[in-house]
Order: sequence, then C-alpha cells, then structure tokens
Amino acid sequence: MSSKPTSLFDKVWDAHVVRSIADGPDVLLIDRHFIHEVTSPVAFLGLKTRNLGVMFPDRTFATADHNTPTINQHLPVADPLSANQLRALEENTSSYGISHWGLGNPKNGIVHVVGPENGITLPGMTIVCGDSHTSTHGAFGCIAFGIGTSEVEMVLSSQCIMQPKAKKMRINVNGNMSKGVTPKDVVLYIISKLTAAGATGYFVEYAGSVFENMSMEGRMTVCNMSIEMGARGGMIAPDETTFNYIKGREKAPKGQAWDDAVEYWKTLKTDEGVVFDKEYNFDGADIEPMITYGTNPGMGMGISQLIPTAADIDAGKASFAKSLQYMGFTESEPMLGKKIDYVFIGSCTNGRIEDFRAFASVVKGRKKADHVTAWIVPGSHVVEAQIREEGIYDILIEAGFELRQPGCSACLAMNDDKIPAGKYAVSTSNRNFEGRQGPGARTLLASPLVAAAAAVTGIVTDPRTLIA
Amino acid sequence: MAYDKFTVLTSSAVPLPIENVDTDQIIPARFLKATKREGFGDNLFRDWRYNGDDTPKQDFVLNNDIYSGQILVGGKNFGSGSSREHAAWAIYDYGFRCVVSSFFADIFKNNSMNIGILPVQVSEDFLDRIFKAIEADPQTQLEVDLSKQTITILSTGDSESFDINSYKKHNLTNGFDDIDYLQAMKEEISTFAQNSRY
Repeated sequence: MSSKPTSLFDKVWDAHVVRSIADGPDVLLIDRHFIHEVTSPVAFLGLKTRNLGVMFPDRTFATADHNTPTINQHLPVADPLSANQLRALEENTSSYGISHWGLGNPKNGIVHVVGPENGITLPGMTIVCGDSHTSTHGAFGCIAFGIGTSEVEMVLSSQCIMQPKAKKMRINVNGNMSKGVTPKDVVLYIISKLTAAGATGYFVEYAGSVFENMSMEGRMTVCNMSIEMGARGGMIAPDETTFNYIKGREKAPKGQAWDDAVEYWKTLKTDEGVVFDKEYNFDGADIEPMITYGTNPGMGMGISQLIPTAADIDAGKASFAKSLQYMGFTESEPMLGKKIDYVFIGSCTNGRIEDFRAFASVVKGRKKADHVTAWIVPGSHVVEAQIREEGIYDILIEAGFELRQPGCSACLAMNDDKIPAGKYAVSTSNRNFEGRQGPGARTLLASPLVAAAAAVTGIVTDPRTLIA
Repeated sequence: MAYDKFTVLTSSAVPLPIENVDTDQIIPARFLKATKREGFGDNLFRDWRYNGDDTPKQDFVLNNDIYSGQILVGGKNFGSGSSREHAAWAIYDYGFRCVVSSFFADIFKNNSMNIGILPVQVSEDFLDRIFKAIEADPQTQLEVDLSKQTITILSTGDSESFDINSYKKHNLTNGFDDIDYLQAMKEEISTFAQNSRY
C-alpha cells in the first residue's frame, strides 16, 4: 500500500494535532514557546486573574529584546515604563520557573537569533512567540509563527493554541544568483512579486536550488520575512546544512539522541507528487539587489530600476499615492543616487554574523560618509563576540563606525533608537511602514550589502559597483 | 479574556478607506510599554490622528465629529504586520466592537476574535457600497447579525453574508474564549504532550 504524498508542512502540523474541531480550529501542541517583555505581561496577568499555572515551564524561554537600550546596558534602564516591563518579565519568569535571559545575561539577544543559536530550535518543532517574525524558525523545517497575547496565555496555561490549518503554498527559486545578491534580496523580490497580502491565509514552503545552497543565516532571513507577504509562516526542509548548524549547540541532542534525531529530521521533506494550493516559480538569475521605495515591504524594486507608477502595480491608487507622498518620492524616478541620512544594520532579519561579514566586506578600506549616522546592532551577545573575534570590529572602527549592544533597536524603535521625522534610513530590518522606525521616519529596506554601500557613499548605491 | 457576548450590533460606522492598514499605524510601538490591557484607545491611530505637538489632525476621520459608532470600516488587507494584540485592544478600548474590511491579515483576525471584536470580511463591491452609503449619510446605520452571519446597510436593505467558523461563532455569541476550551481538555493535552517528540 502506498501512502499519500505528504508535504513538509502537513507532516509537522499533523504530528501536533491534539484534537480537531469540526468547522473550527485544530488544537495544536506547541513544542517551544519564546516570550519577551512586550507581549507577555498581560498574558501573565491573565493567568493570575484566572488563577492558572504554567503547564510546562521548561518549554518556554524568555529573553528581553524589544524594549532594551543598545548602549550602556550595564546601567539601570532610564525609561521607567521600559524598566517596568523588564522587571515584570523577570518577576513573571522567576515565579513560574521559566528560563530567562534578561539584559546583561551573556545569552541575551533578539529572540529569533538566540533560539537557533542555542539549539532550542530543532527541525519538526512547532514554535510560537508573541512576535510575527517567529516565522524565522521555519528555516529549520519548523512550523513557527507569531501569535497574539491571548494566545501567549493559552500556551503558558495549556501548551496549546487553537488555529485553523492554513492553506499550502510553495515558492520555488532555482537558477544562479549573481554576485551581490543576498538572501534578503531573494525575499524582498518574492514579496514584491506577491505583494504584502499575497500569501495571507497560506503557510509557505521555500524550495529549489537557491534555498538549498543558502546558509542557515540566509534561510532565516528568508523565512523571517514570510509574514511580510501575509503568510502565517515559511519553512525550508532540513538538510545537511541544517544538521551541521545545529550539531554541538547547547540544547541540541547529543550522542545516540543526535543520531535518532537526524534520522527523523531526514524524513521532514515534501514527498514527490504533493499538490499545493498555490505554487510560484522564480528564476534566481532575475534577482538583483533590492530596495523598497514605499510604505509596505511589497513595495520593493531592483536597485537599478525606476519607481513604478500606480498603473504598473495592482494596488489602490489612493494608497499608492499616499505612500509615495509619505516617502517624498515620485513615480518613475530612480532610487540610485538618493541621499540618505541613516543606516541600520541588525534585527531578527539581518542581525546574524553573516550579515556583519557582508557589511564589513564593503566598508573595509573605505570610510563612513560624513553625513550618515549608522547604527550597527548585533542580534545577540554571541554575534557581538563573533564580530570582535573575526576582526570585523576593527574594520568597522577603522571605517568610522561604532558597534552597539544587542536588541531589536531601530527595527521597531521602541527604545531610543528612533530615526528622526523626514529622515531616510537604509535599513536591513523587515518593515518600512509609516513611522515604524520613529514618527515620520522614512525607511528603505535592503540587504546588508546595500546598507553598507549607502553607509560609505551617503547615497543609494548599487553594491555591485563596490565589490570586486 | 472575558468579554461581552456578541449577538446583533446596530450602529453607525467610521470609514477608513485606506488599504494595508498595518498594526504599527493602529498602535505605534512606542505605546506598547504598558503592562496592562486597558487604555490603548487614547493612542489608537496615534500618528494619523495627532500632529507631533499632540494637536489633533483635523482631516483624520476619528477627529471628525460627524462620524461615530461601534463599527470601523477599513480598506483591503486590514491589520497586516506585527502580531501585537495591542492593536485589537486599542480598537476595542476606543469603543469599536466590529471591524469590516474586504480582507484581513490572519494574526489580527485571530487576535480580534480572541478579545470579542468581530471581524467581518465582505466583498470589495459591498465594501465600496458601505463607503458610499457612509459618504452619503455619515450616520447611516449598519446591522451586523452574528447568528444570521449577515451585514446590512439598513437605509437601503443592501445585505451580504459573511463567513465565520461555528466554533468561533459559538464563542463570540456566548462570551467564551479559547482558554476556557483548553482548560477543559487539559488531561487530553497532558497525555498527548507526554508522548510527543520534544
């Protein structure tokens, strides 16, 4: 008897369904739950109000990242509201026995950086966090997605959430990518083709040689931004690259458990013959370094192209005009050569070691443009240490940059790292929404290479002109 | 969260005919520093609603007295972006109980239903007709009937049905939430979890 071909997504999802409700959601067991200071306090308040405990404290991990300063972390947090949130996380995790890597802890960092870094994220898991970029962990072949605070309370109290199963989409990218094109460009390209709502209601699997040849850091960058086209999450089948990344990390299986795990992980792939609800094919050779010109991540373009006209794109004309007005851009003009004010490299999208290596490869031997303010923010203390060990720190200092301390920083500008109103920032983060990086701030999303090229020239520059 | 039961809501509506209204617009990140659920309504649509010096922007719909009601009508792809439930709390805290759009982002939709806001997804044509009806008469009444799963523009009788799964419908109608449901199946979860791989 041959069994029905099954997708990676279905294999992982079906293994976690505790109960299916007719004309309703599935009750899904969650293997790992990450929490942080911003979206968890009200969930703990809910537990107290209902007099509920935490069902499996050892399956939840806490880190402080969204609302932490990126300088002088050894000093008390100045903003009383931020300090209060950090204190609440410390008290809540302590009273329920949850592991907590707070400010100052050597394991502290952005939740979606430290999870994989410590081997907490493993193939085939279900992972949630009160943060939409939880999709990052899909790079390991996990079903990972962001949830609201009510759902955080559900996971704490019952280790389950209730969600209808998403539809399935596969995005295949094959072919050779040219020099200067990074995983960030691949995902910005995909989102520009599908639009900011193009994958809403779907769970995406990324497949094809472009992803097979990508590092884990690159795969995380791609899966991270799945939510920016509306997808619940994105995932990539685990392979040798995945196993090599995980092996030896603190919480990874060891010895016989490792061999057993790898044997299971090798089964986590989509069988031949699976039909997806939607499938897209792209050619890697068509992708050039990308940059966004508007106020949602779907408004991206090849860096050498012209800003499209409302007629070119499938979106509301009024919203398109509002977006360009906010950005101070007009239709049909080039992005190349536009003066920029700030550069931000970091975030759960591009805050890993490979991203800083890429940035350093361009700024090495060059100088930061005088009028540019650059915020270089590692995703974790581990990444920060690597930056120093590999000599990247020296390259940065020599070129006139400074290195800040880990955190979400200017990606969402909850702390003091805000781009001033009207200023342009080339940012390696994930969202260019109005005011995302500070009230009135204008964000151009791009790769670490494009950010580096902008940082040393002071204008939007094609990084291919600066790399050998 | 305990919330009021949702049965039939008859109200005027506030129109926001903008596409891709993301949760950073609904409640900017700098207002997420609270450790309680209440009070976010004051900063609902903060940067569209107020100038940098905190004076109201007169052209924004929430600052226009001719519009009021418990129903917010938004453009396509409402609630995209961040998972912050604070966006739904801000909408609820301001006084809305129902959001109407032709398309919702998934997480926002879940968050809304989890706190007692009904997201009503209508066709683009019907959304246009609602906007036109409000433009013609800002106090035009909409009726949202959860048991019949219909939304009606009362002045014209123009009506459309909307989808909701029967589990969520039952919850909203009775003021129940998922935590109640999950607590009642703890033993089943416990057994399942003990046999799970991770």
